[in-house]
Amino acid sequence: MSDKGKSTDSLGMSRRAMLAGSAALTASLFTPKGLKAADYPTSEVNTTGLAVTDDTVTVGILHSITGTMAISETGSVQAEKLAIEQINAQGGILGRKIEYVQEDGASDWPTFAEKAKKLLVNDKVASVMGCWTSASRKAVLPVFEQYNGFLYYPTFYEGLEESPNVIYTGQEATQQIIAGLDWVNKEKGAKSFYLLGSDYIWPRTSNKIARKHIENFMEGCKVVGEEYYPLGHTQFNSVINKIRLKKPDVIYAIVVGGSNVAFYKQLTAAGIDPAAEKPLVLTISVTEDEIRGIGGENIAGSYACMKYFQSLENENNLEFVKSFKEMWGDDIVIGDVTQAAYLGPWLWKAAVEKAGSFDVDKVREAQVGIELPTAPEGYVKVHENHHLWSKTRVGKALADGQYEVVFETADLVEPDPFPEGYQ
Amino acid sequence: MTLTNYMNRKELLGFLILAAVIFIVLPLALDTFRLNLFGKYLTYAFVAIGLALCWGAGGILSLGQGIFFGLGGYCMAMFLKLEASTPENTAIQSTPGIPDFMDWNQLTALPIWWQPFHSLAFTMLAVVMVPVVFAFIIGFAMFTRRVGGVYFAIITQAFAAILTILIIGQQGYTGGVNGITDLRTLLGWDIRTDEAKNILYFVNGALLFVVLLIAQFVRKSKLGRLLIAMRDQEDRVRFSGYNVANFKIFIFCLGAAFAGVGGAMFTLQVGFMSPTLVGIVPSIEMVIFCAVGGRLSILGAVYGALLVNLAKTTFSEGFPELWLLGLGGLFIAVVMAFPNGLAGLWSEKVEPLLNRLISKTQSAEAANPNKAPAE
Repeated sequence: MSDKGKSTDSLGMSRRAMLAGSAALTASLFTPKGLKAADYPTSEVNTTGLAVTDDTVTVGILHSITGTMAISETGSVQAEKLAIEQINAQGGILGRKIEYVQEDGASDWPTFAEKAKKLLVNDKVASVMGCWTSASRKAVLPVFEQYNGFLYYPTFYEGLEESPNVIYTGQEATQQIIAGLDWVNKEKGAKSFYLLGSDYIWPRTSNKIARKHIENFMEGCKVVGEEYYPLGHTQFNSVINKIRLKKPDVIYAIVVGGSNVAFYKQLTAAGIDPAAEKPLVLTISVTEDEIRGIGGENIAGSYACMKYFQSLENENNLEFVKSFKEMWGDDIVIGDVTQAAYLGPWLWKAAVEKAGSFDVDKVREAQVGIELPTAPEGYVKVHENHHLWSKTRVGKALADGQYEVVFETADLVEPDPFPEGYQ
Repeated sequence: MTLTNYMNRKELLGFLILAAVIFIVLPLALDTFRLNLFGKYLTYAFVAIGLALCWGAGGILSLGQGIFFGLGGYCMAMFLKLEASTPENTAIQSTPGIPDFMDWNQLTALPIWWQPFHSLAFTMLAVVMVPVVFAFIIGFAMFTRRVGGVYFAIITQAFAAILTILIIGQQGYTGGVNGITDLRTLLGWDIRTDEAKNILYFVNGALLFVVLLIAQFVRKSKLGRLLIAMRDQEDRVRFSGYNVANFKIFIFCLGAAFAGVGGAMFTLQVGFMSPTLVGIVPSIEMVIFCAVGGRLSILGAVYGALLVNLAKTTFSEGFPELWLLGLGGLFIAVVMAFPNGLAGLWSEKVEPLLNRLISKTQSAEAANPNKAPAE
């Protein structure tokens, strides 16, 4: 620490700022309150022309608030605004209040790219909380890399990516899949699996990982079927017939969005009760948000593998749920991605305070290794591959639309976006 | 055809004003980011010009122009993606050297029909020819059977939907719903730099004027007159001994070629291509650009594309939660108040005013018998 202090001193930093800086470094585990902007002159914490003044720092929020994805992304926007408000109430970041510029990606990938560029080039935002679908992330990724922006991406996704300009606060595929499969195998004695999903990159990659894990790492287990349906598909009768014929132990469903409603209703109507233990329904695509559309009674008894459920009973989460409801109303439900979106501003704050700077290059360096013991999901830590160490949990859906947590991994699961043996 | 037949003084003035706006005013007034956005808007103008010919002049309403925009854009994206997918750049994949999305979908070799897109010459040809061939097939099947009007519009929509589903479904070959992203260089020239964006803007503007001049030529030729005659009284044209279907196929293919060029320029300037630009919604949006600009006027189509997209950007930046309402209101207002769009507003309201102001010098010109009749 003292070496660090000397080197900054020689750069002409005031002694007081240096002390405060080292204090922030040592104290990065808990929230350092009362950092004064005066201790961090704007000219020193912002050497690359970002939108940082003596009192404020501007970030971007980039989600779809119109179009088909709006229903999913609204929770993320709400969580990010809550985090920003809470950080401001604590005195902001380096003594500066966070202001945000919100842009609408409009569920349209070129629009996401346009707005991302606008936020970085025009508004010079210091970081962006945003995107939801993989397609929107893929569209903005070249923009963030070109203009050296910094994106906090909240959704669980397929992996196969590790950008220096993105922090992935959701799970990559192996973190969401492997522990859940092992659990149904050990606890429920499941041996045969029927994989199905919506037809795009995330379900396909996830099922690829699931298949490799089932065939190569789970003794005596096999995949008896694998099928994909277009996004928005609502006729699942043929696959349900095949499922009845093959009698798998587990229906592994990665159906997304509105298709879920049809899928679970038709499943129930065909006499396959999700509440029955055989075939057991395991999904990685249904959070509390989706259950609102599906209806708790249609899905009760099925299992979901996530890292966060609203019903988690730790102090962080009780506090988080309470503040969330105070801000956005009592009817609100909080799904996995919403919680991951909430982590974005907090992780950024911790990294900026550790770096003592808003410069993207310094924040990136400081971000790796940041721990967040206050996360609603529990303790998380940033891996050097820019993903989070998180626990995997299995929840059982209840008729009231919530999940009852039935299993969680003992330790944090290491993120592995390019899993060997699963390609 | 003499030069004055091809373009009278008034039209020449319109072209010069547009040229001044695109090549002088916008580049001087805007930074690179905004200029690049206008470059993107102008790629839609290619489609709108094609629609002004097909729909405004020929009376063929196509609600599937996104097909051709998308095909042109995808051809260009395939070339750029292959160039970006060098074995060094893709070393992390199971099969280095193929586009990343193919690797994710367990493809282990480049499909045969991707191979020709290693060549820029082939790609440039394909940007025009693939949409034209596709348009020819649709046009031949429809127009020779005398399918027209609303039925034709619905069928073009169906084709747009089919193509979107095909692209999304065949994700191993097309990139699926993500589209083809992360395009970097054109023959080693980095298209992501500010300098490249500026150059591409001017290339785009120049191509737009080539397309405008072709469109102007078509409008003023015998073909253009026949198109208008067909729009107004198709049977009479047929009874006069003309093969109506062939003219329709030709103009539909021409519109498709324009759209394909626009799509390719879109890919170059925006840096990716995705199925959201191919489907029904963007196709209808493109018709709106044309309607707002004034479907009878090719210059109006360009202004329509610029104005609608500028409004879209401005509204959505200013009111992220309400912008769609504002945009909808604008369409309704324009169509209610000026059924002939901006061009109609100009020729009915602004121009008479200007004429009165400079009536003396213009009166001789207006009396010129060579002048094209008003449409």
